[in-house]
Amino acid sequence: MKTNKLLLSLTGTLAALSMNAMAADSIKVGFLTTLSGPASAPGIDQSDAFKLALKMLGGKLGGLPAEMISVDDQFSPDAAKQGADRLLRRDKIDVLTGVIYSNVLLAVTPAAIANKTIVLSSNAGPASIAGQDCSPYFFSVSWQNDAPHEAGGKYMLDKGYKRVALIAPNYPAGKDAATGFKRFYKNELALEIYPKLGQLDFAAEIAQVRAANVDAIYYFLPGGMGVNFTKQYSASGMDPKIVRVFQGYDADQQMLTIGDLINGVVNTGQWSSDMDNAANKLFVSEFTKAYGRVPSTYASQAWDAAYLLDAAVRNVGGKIEDRDAFIAAIKEAKGFNSVRGEFRFGRNHFPIQTQYARVVTKMPDGKYLNKLVGPVLKDHSDAYIGQCAMK
Amino acid sequence: MQTKKSLSAVLWLLLFVVLASFPWLATRAGEDFYIGVVIRIMIFAIAASSLNLILGYGGMVSFGHAAFFGLGAYTAGIAVVHGADNAWLVWLLAAAIGGTSALAVGYVATRTRGAYFIMITLAMGQLFYFLFVGLRQYGGDDGLRMSVRPALGLGLDIRSETVFYAVVLGWTVLMHLLLARLVRSRFGLALQAVRENEQRMGAIGYSTRQYRLIAFAVAGVMAGVAGALLAMHNQFVSPKLLHWSQSGTLMIMVVLGGMGRLHGGFLGAATLLLLEEVLSGYFSYWHIYVGAILLLVVMVSPDGLVGLGRLFRRKAAAPADAGRAP
Amino acid sequence: MGVLLLEQTLNGLQFSVTLFLIAAGLTLVFGVMNFVNLAHGSLFMVGAYFAAWFAGMLDSFWLGLLCALPATALVGLVIEVLVLRHLYAKDHMVHVLATFALILIFNDLVRIVWGPLPLPLDLPSGLASAIQLGPVPYSSFRLVIMLSGVLVGLLLWFLVTRTRIGMWVRAGANNREMAIAMGVNVKWLYTAVFTFGTVLSALAGVMLGPLVAVEAGMGDGVLILAFVVVVIGGIGSILGAAAGALIVGVVDTLGRTALPALLSATLPPAIASSLGSALGSMMIYLVMVLVLFWRPSGLFPANS
Repeated sequence: MKTNKLLLSLTGTLAALSMNAMAADSIKVGFLTTLSGPASAPGIDQSDAFKLALKMLGGKLGGLPAEMISVDDQFSPDAAKQGADRLLRRDKIDVLTGVIYSNVLLAVTPAAIANKTIVLSSNAGPASIAGQDCSPYFFSVSWQNDAPHEAGGKYMLDKGYKRVALIAPNYPAGKDAATGFKRFYKNELALEIYPKLGQLDFAAEIAQVRAANVDAIYYFLPGGMGVNFTKQYSASGMDPKIVRVFQGYDADQQMLTIGDLINGVVNTGQWSSDMDNAANKLFVSEFTKAYGRVPSTYASQAWDAAYLLDAAVRNVGGKIEDRDAFIAAIKEAKGFNSVRGEFRFGRNHFPIQTQYARVVTKMPDGKYLNKLVGPVLKDHSDAYIGQCAMK
Repeated sequence: MQTKKSLSAVLWLLLFVVLASFPWLATRAGEDFYIGVVIRIMIFAIAASSLNLILGYGGMVSFGHAAFFGLGAYTAGIAVVHGADNAWLVWLLAAAIGGTSALAVGYVATRTRGAYFIMITLAMGQLFYFLFVGLRQYGGDDGLRMSVRPALGLGLDIRSETVFYAVVLGWTVLMHLLLARLVRSRFGLALQAVRENEQRMGAIGYSTRQYRLIAFAVAGVMAGVAGALLAMHNQFVSPKLLHWSQSGTLMIMVVLGGMGRLHGGFLGAATLLLLEEVLSGYFSYWHIYVGAILLLVVMVSPDGLVGLGRLFRRKAAAPADAGRAP
Repeated sequence: MGVLLLEQTLNGLQFSVTLFLIAAGLTLVFGVMNFVNLAHGSLFMVGAYFAAWFAGMLDSFWLGLLCALPATALVGLVIEVLVLRHLYAKDHMVHVLATFALILIFNDLVRIVWGPLPLPLDLPSGLASAIQLGPVPYSSFRLVIMLSGVLVGLLLWFLVTRTRIGMWVRAGANNREMAIAMGVNVKWLYTAVFTFGTVLSALAGVMLGPLVAVEAGMGDGVLILAFVVVVIGGIGSILGAAAGALIVGVVDTLGRTALPALLSATLPPAIASSLGSALGSMMIYLVMVLVLFWRPSGLFPANS
């Protein structure tokens, strides 16, 4: 009888699910990132870099065997929450890292912190967590979201552009971008547009920019959005004298596929592949060797995340169960050589670092390099550290 | 027939016992993560059963049912944002909103037939979806976080997972008893008769549209409550809950479990969600297997899916038992 | 302001044309075979994927287009013969479930074959710049899309009204039983109509590929809009598809541009943008509900 068979098998399955899983003496890192869809390039980049870093470290972090459990958040806070739940409660991870997007991060962080799991953000750095919602369990090894935008604003102010358009998607990081830019670009904006996150056709927005007669555009269009915008922008006959400035991490990615279309465009960020320090040289050469492409800013952050954990675990002698000691070790970051050069955390567990301007340059071999131009904001902290109650 | 019925009853009782003791079993085994999985199954079981009422028993192919599910969830979420802290109130509101919106949608949709009915239910579902995507003060696309789980009172702490599990189990049992009562009643039998032959029923004096509307409204109430429970479980609501693909998922559950059969919603939800849980552990691309299984089920059934059910019933029971589950 | 209006009108028209290309195939299949084909969006996606793949290998957009169409037609033919053909006589719900299953399968299949990242598909080099249309420079590629849509529309009109097979198609859409009784070879007609619909959908996918991301799920949003177009215009009618596409295209573009502009007079830009786009998306469905209320069979239904 069909019904009864199904009922029996169902009952059986439920009972069978109550099976024990073994826990090993190791460090479990949950890598929750965007691995599918148009917004997945940064996630795949970070995953590649983290895996490579682990390989370089012999599959261990600070002497402890490391297990990396990858989950695809599908660029959805919903799916991310389910995935995070699984990582936190079934796989019982020690550290959660890899999240690219702020809306995803905001959806999963509360549960992780409640579970006393360390969240080491390798990308997203929302203002709320840098400020009033700061927590000892949260670290950002990348930046606070506003940083590259603050640098963009300062750069444009220094260059004296008068009519500026700002384009950013309508989601927390997009709003942070706008706020950050306006914090340093003090003049009034000629145009502000906030397309829907994930939108792929920008004909309407480009038309508005054209009508506003600007001399510079600052845009924050991560991932696939940026590629499509740039392709469509270049095909729309816009005045070539209009200056475009955007973020280093997107420039790194776009150089690989649409380098021609962004040749000479300035971008801002805390890292550049031509930075002159031992850790960076190793990173760039190993990454290029392994994956056949120059690493991006995203990759540099994931690499740093792995090496930071390595240093911290070593400093507590592998006793990561003592969360307070582990947290202190991460904060101190002793023995951690970032590919950015010097690195330190502010008291809100966000980095205090220099933001640089870089320019997309065509090399003699036809490939593109993001060349370091110079510092824009030296030893820069974030605007929200004052709201954080931590010492 | 009697032995089959009592065998069925025994199995249901067995299932209830397993479900009731599952939290204790899972915690003993150190796998308390799965308590959450079973809670989800039960919540979706209610939602799928509500769709079963209008799809399986009522013969109405509604492609927008997820809207009522999502509306119930957002009712809970928005209520909490505005300070509601009483679970009973939240459930009442969710039921009311689920029911009235279903009535409204049903009123418009039942004016059409066939493919147009499918399209109009889909369209109205999408209307609600975009409404919540656009409401940025309630999170929009990013979803809405609920800072608290509305309290139960009665001296029990609903924040405890065991207590919440019991609450959801209670609702599941209640909803299924209600559904059983309903489909075996005169209303239920008439509804199924309308599904079989609307013209004849109209000719002998039944107001067929009324039966459809009432079924729609009841389904909306059930889905609304299920939505509120899901919101309380996740403490997070997202517009994706109202998307037509979610309606499609609910339909898959009903079809897999058995359309027009009392257990259809529950079995379908359990099957699909367990499949998801197992497959996603092994394959990064597991939707393709779900699609293949669904396609197989749809193709293999010789007379369409309702035909399969009718075929079984004809083999098992006397022809007069038109609406009873075997 | 006039320049902006002109450019946005062109954008709305281009969007309408794209919708028409997709809806035309859908309405034919719907009308002639009474088949609800949710997999139509998946064929749009497969067309784009093939184009990106071939264009990449042969280093030419046009060659990519030329190869993608028959390749996708083959895929459509295969699923018609293996799966869909057995379902025509069944309930609409069976169609919905089977083709929904196909969506799930195709979305994962393209990722298994081509990887999780979107495939690059470049604009053809000759059309990568803008052309001056009076005061406004407009992307020449978008103009070509509009042109191709109009050409396809004319071709369809010619086929349907002036050829024998077109007569069968109209007969089938108008009164299936009668057409069968009059000796139309229904089995082959169905396969032909389905394959033709597939090619139209694939063409739309190829043309849109350079402008959007060629990725899994790209057909899902477009599918729903196509259904709205078909339902508004009337099932089985090419003229209906054109009218529906025009309405939906204009409403959507207005929603994305005029509405936020109107709202930003009173609300901050971020809220105006998101509220405007949400309302714009809702408007299309509202329009559809209104049309169905007034004309339950759509504006220009095929069966009178």
